[in-house]
Amino acid sequence: MSAPGAVSSLLKRTPLYALHVSLGGKMVPFAGYEMPVQYAAGVLKEHLHTRSAAGLFDVSHMGQIALVPKSGRVADAALALERLVPQDILGIAPGRQRYAQFTNDAGGILDDLMVANFGEHLVLVVNAACKNADEALLRAGLSDVCEVQPLTDRALLALQGPKAAYVLAKLCADVESMRFMDAGPRVVDGLDCYVSRSGYTGEDGFEISVPADQAEKLADALLSDKDALPIGLGARDSLRLEAGLCLYGHDIDTETTPVEAALEWSVQKVRRMGGARAGGFPGAENILGQFENGAARRRVGLRAEGRAPVREGAALFAAPGSSEPIGKVTSGGFGPTLNAPVAMGYVPTSLSAVDAQLFADVRGQRLPLRVAAMPFVPNTYKR
Amino acid sequence: MTTLYTSDHEWLSIDGDVATIGITDYAQAQLGDVVFVELPKVGRALKKAEAAAVVESVKAASDVYAPVTGEVVEVNQAIADEPALVNTDAAGKAWFFKVKMSDRGELGGLMDEAAYKAHTA
Repeated sequence: MSAPGAVSSLLKRTPLYALHVSLGGKMVPFAGYEMPVQYAAGVLKEHLHTRSAAGLFDVSHMGQIALVPKSGRVADAALALERLVPQDILGIAPGRQRYAQFTNDAGGILDDLMVANFGEHLVLVVNAACKNADEALLRAGLSDVCEVQPLTDRALLALQGPKAAYVLAKLCADVESMRFMDAGPRVVDGLDCYVSRSGYTGEDGFEISVPADQAEKLADALLSDKDALPIGLGARDSLRLEAGLCLYGHDIDTETTPVEAALEWSVQKVRRMGGARAGGFPGAENILGQFENGAARRRVGLRAEGRAPVREGAALFAAPGSSEPIGKVTSGGFGPTLNAPVAMGYVPTSLSAVDAQLFADVRGQRLPLRVAAMPFVPNTYKR
Repeated sequence: MTTLYTSDHEWLSIDGDVATIGITDYAQAQLGDVVFVELPKVGRALKKAEAAAVVESVKAASDVYAPVTGEVVEVNQAIADEPALVNTDAAGKAWFFKVKMSDRGELGGLMDEAAYKAHTA
C-alpha cells in the first residue's frame, strides 16, 4: 500500500478549519490550504447524499474580488472586464451571474471564474490557486476604470443538491424565487450574505458568501438540518466530473482555448466575429479563428467499457496496437451516481464524435473507451 | 497459522509455504470506499516489493505490493466482483491473493500484530 502524504504547517486555513476538524474532516493540502478531502461518511456516501439531499461545501479558499467602477456606473466596469475575457459582461443583467475565462495572448485560459452584476459593482469568484495572479491581472488591466477589491474578509459556502433550496429557505425565504445564476446580496439567518443559485455539482444549489467571522455560525445553522451533510473535496471532484464541469489546471489551462475546451457556449455572439463587440480580449485572433475554422483538438467525455477507472494523465490511442498517443485524459475516476468510471480528455476533433472508439493506457493495458456526451449525469438547475 | 504485517499496511497469513495476502483494516480506512480491484494472474511469478495488485477508491489508485517472492497460486475473485468487501472485511473475506513462497527467510523482516499496532498508533 502506498501511503498518503503529511500536511505541511505552511498551509493556510479557512474560517471553517476548526469546524472541519470537529466534524472529523480528513485535512489535506489543496491550492495552498488545509482542506477536508472527506469526512467520516466517506467520498462515496458524501457524493450520493449530495445527489439525493443536500451537501455543504467549504469553498472559502476561492478568491472573491469586487470590481468597483470609479465612475459609479457598473457598465464601465463591465466593459473594462471585457478587455480580459471573451464573454459578454455588459449583457449580465443586475442580479445575474455568468461563467467566464481570463485568456492569454495565445487564447489559452489563465483561469475560469464567475462574474456577477450586483447593480453598482461586479463580484468575481476565481480559483484559489490563481487568485493572486488574477488580482494582479485585474489591477494591471482595469485600474484606470475600477477599484480592484479582494474580499478577503468573506468565507464562501456551497449548498448543493435537490434539498438545498428547502434547507436554505428556512434561513432566507428569498432564495426560493431565485433562478439558476441569479446572484446578489441576501440576508441569511440575520447575516449579510451574497447568494447565487449556482454551484459545481450539476445539482440545483447555492453559493453563499458570508463574513468570515460569521461563517461557522452559518455552517452550523445549515448543518443542523438533517438533510444537510458536510462534503469534502473528494466528492466535490467526483460530482463536478459527473456534471462534465472543467477543473482548472487539469481540464483547462494556458495550453487550451475555450473552443478546444468545448466551452463555445460560454462565448456570447456579441464577442464573436460579426458581433457588436467582437474581439478585444487577449488571444481573440486565435479564439475567433477557431470559432470560424474549428480547432484541431477538443475536450470530450469518455466512458470506459470495463470497471477500471481511467485517471488523469492516461494516454489515449486510436487503436489497441498503435504506439502514438492521440490525446490524454485530463480528469478521470469513478462516478458514484453512474456506478461506473468516467473521464474527460482531449482528442483530435476527427475522433471527437459521440461513440468514437478509443483506447486508454492503464498500467500497460489498452482499455477500450467511447466518447460520450456530457454531462454524464443530467443537471437539475432551476432555470 | 501466523499473521504478519508489512509497513505498507498489508497482512500475510502463513500456512506452510503459502502466504495469503490482503490489506489491513487501517489501510482500507485510509483508502475510503473501494470501487475497483485488479488482481494478478494465477501463475504469475512475483518478486518481493513488486506491484502485484491495484486497489482503487473513488479518488485514487493504490498499488498492493508483493510482500514476499513467489508464485501466485490463487486470487480472490469475490473482491473483483464486489470491491466494497475490502471495506467491510479487509482482514478476513477480502483477501487479495495467495503466494507460494520461494524464500521463507523474507518473512523475517515483517511485523507481528503488536509491532504493527505500534506502527499505526
